Amino acid sequence: MVEIIGVSYSYDRRRPILTGINMVVPRGKVVAIMGISGSGKTTLLRLIGGVMKPTTGSVIVDGQRTNELDRDGLYRMRRRMGMLFQFGALFTDLSVYDNVAFQMREHTDLPETMIHDLVMMKLDSVGLRGAHHLMPSELSGGMARRVALARSTALDPSLILYDEPFTGLDPISLGVTRNLVRKLNDALGSTSIVVTHDVQEALDVVDYVYYLSGGKMVAHGTPEQMRASTDPLVRQFVWGEADGPVAYQYPGRDFREELALV
Amino acid sequence: MFNRGAIINFRGVGHHTVDNVLRLGFATRFLVLTILHSGTCFRRMHLITRELYYTGVLSMIIIVVSGLFVGMVMGFQGYQTLKTYGSESALGVLVALSLVRELGPVVSALLFASRAGSAMTAEIGLMKTTEQLSAMEMMAVDPIARVVAPRFWAGVISMPLLAAIFSAMGVYGGYLIGVVVIGVDEGSFWAQMQSAVDFREDIVNGVIKSVVFGIAVTWIALFEGYDAPPTAEGVSGATTRTVVTSSLVILGLDFILTAFMFRGI
Amino acid sequence: MERSTIDLWVGLFVVAGLGALTILALKVGNMGSLTGNETYSISAQFTDIGGLKPRAAVKSAGVVVGRVADISFDGDKFVAKVTMNVEKRYKFPKDSSAAIRTAGLLGEQYVGLEAGGEEAMLLSGDGIKPSLTQSAVVLEKLISQFMYNKAAEGGSPK
Repeated sequence: MVEIIGVSYSYDRRRPILTGINMVVPRGKVVAIMGISGSGKTTLLRLIGGVMKPTTGSVIVDGQRTNELDRDGLYRMRRRMGMLFQFGALFTDLSVYDNVAFQMREHTDLPETMIHDLVMMKLDSVGLRGAHHLMPSELSGGMARRVALARSTALDPSLILYDEPFTGLDPISLGVTRNLVRKLNDALGSTSIVVTHDVQEALDVVDYVYYLSGGKMVAHGTPEQMRASTDPLVRQFVWGEADGPVAYQYPGRDFREELALV
Repeated sequence: MFNRGAIINFRGVGHHTVDNVLRLGFATRFLVLTILHSGTCFRRMHLITRELYYTGVLSMIIIVVSGLFVGMVMGFQGYQTLKTYGSESALGVLVALSLVRELGPVVSALLFASRAGSAMTAEIGLMKTTEQLSAMEMMAVDPIARVVAPRFWAGVISMPLLAAIFSAMGVYGGYLIGVVVIGVDEGSFWAQMQSAVDFREDIVNGVIKSVVFGIAVTWIALFEGYDAPPTAEGVSGATTRTVVTSSLVILGLDFILTAFMFRGI
Repeated sequence: MERSTIDLWVGLFVVAGLGALTILALKVGNMGSLTGNETYSISAQFTDIGGLKPRAAVKSAGVVVGRVADISFDGDKFVAKVTMNVEKRYKFPKDSSAAIRTAGLLGEQYVGLEAGGEEAMLLSGDGIKPSLTQSAVVLEKLISQFMYNKAAEGGSPK
């Protein structure tokens, strides 16, 4: 479904964000891209969504190279794509119902009665059918995330991208969202890419994990392989150790020197 | 020759100039894109209607009240001044001409900038900060066509209407004070006004002014919102800039337009 | 908010705005009194038009009957040529006279038409006879004339 071949990306020559990324996401799978903050995960997701184009290498989504697409081509590609943003990014001036109906109204000529049925189905799948009349400001964080999930699957996309779907949720909402990711993927027969740093939650639902560090793909494997990995980088990340290859201390002068002890 | 400080100052001037020219370029490109992508909102008029409600209808109260008061104050002040020359009957002319030519378009544009312009900037800035615009882009919906263009046209349409309401309320306020309270002769109040205010020269020019102000204010407000850094400070700074820049631009444009329209007449 | 409520308010707003424009045009401006009526043009020559401007009123017996359309300078006769648009329903005899008058001491200047006694009426494109036009009274001239007369009186032997 998604193939990434030798992709590098940089805003300018001195600071490469991503270097030499290779990645394959097979159809129907849920794949996680993990890594600590600032490792380039979100950038990679944006490259897949065609928001940015790779400096070198190519991103192939559903057989199309994103570098070669013009604006209309990109928009056509994105109609088959759903994306869940970090905090939901619901349209604050529209009600829950209108948020979910947004894409249907923009991209299809469906009659309003059919849109109503579709929206209710989507909302039902995330358990919020009763909340259709609320405004986004009246929702809790977990509910907003679920509405956003319903919205990003509104047109039954064949590829769903999740940008940090678990951040800032309470344990219950987190569990609900996690299970929804899996459930929706299987129900719609689509492919999902989850960018996250919530390791344990992600390892429970995904089929395959890519681990990014410093803009490079340093490890990949199934969740079991990741848990059993002896790679110090992966170990530190998966088990949340404070110190390791990723240093606890921000680089600075020697501590004794700083306190003028030497 | 130059000491270090002077060179740094020159560099600062150059930097600012380049920055501002760049911003102006982006803003122009933004305006052109907005106009080019207006097709969607003209096909779906309810998008504009909705924004007309937020920009026009919600600004109406402040416009009606301010217009009435400005007119009443002019009734008082104008009467005091004209009485000195024994030409109280010219009060209608004074009130109507100043409102239709200047105060109507300018004051309502200033009020519009602070009431609706700032709201527009804050709203779009917030939509950007909370990734709503990116989300729209990812849903293959162009945010310029869906969010910016309807607001732009709503602003351009409501500005002249608001200015007309302001002027009409102002004339009525002047009438209330001049004729009803002070007792200037009603006949000469209206008759002198009608013989001095010309439809083409005064009223149409006033409408042209307010359309130009409407374009300028909405453009500035939308661009500032769209260009705002996606942080809380970024949005609040952009909102302030909208009000300051639009006010200055309104006054500057008013001078230029007045110089062209009423030259030698 | 419901879409129908928004539509209602926006409708009210647009109607109020257009209504205000109409009021300005009819009640405040001169749209109501003139435009729409057909006019014919006549011209007159003046040696001095003072401060007369295009679109100034043309009045007869105090009633506005038309507007000044154009003012130009005749390079051959060295006089000002004023073209006026007069409403079709008002006809004036061929020997009517025109004068540039001032409303009040310092007011706007306008053209005053005074009807003559001839049977034939002025037609579109006709001119008023140069002998029947009276130029603007220029205040400075008046004052200097007055001063000159005074000086002459004072200087004359008693």
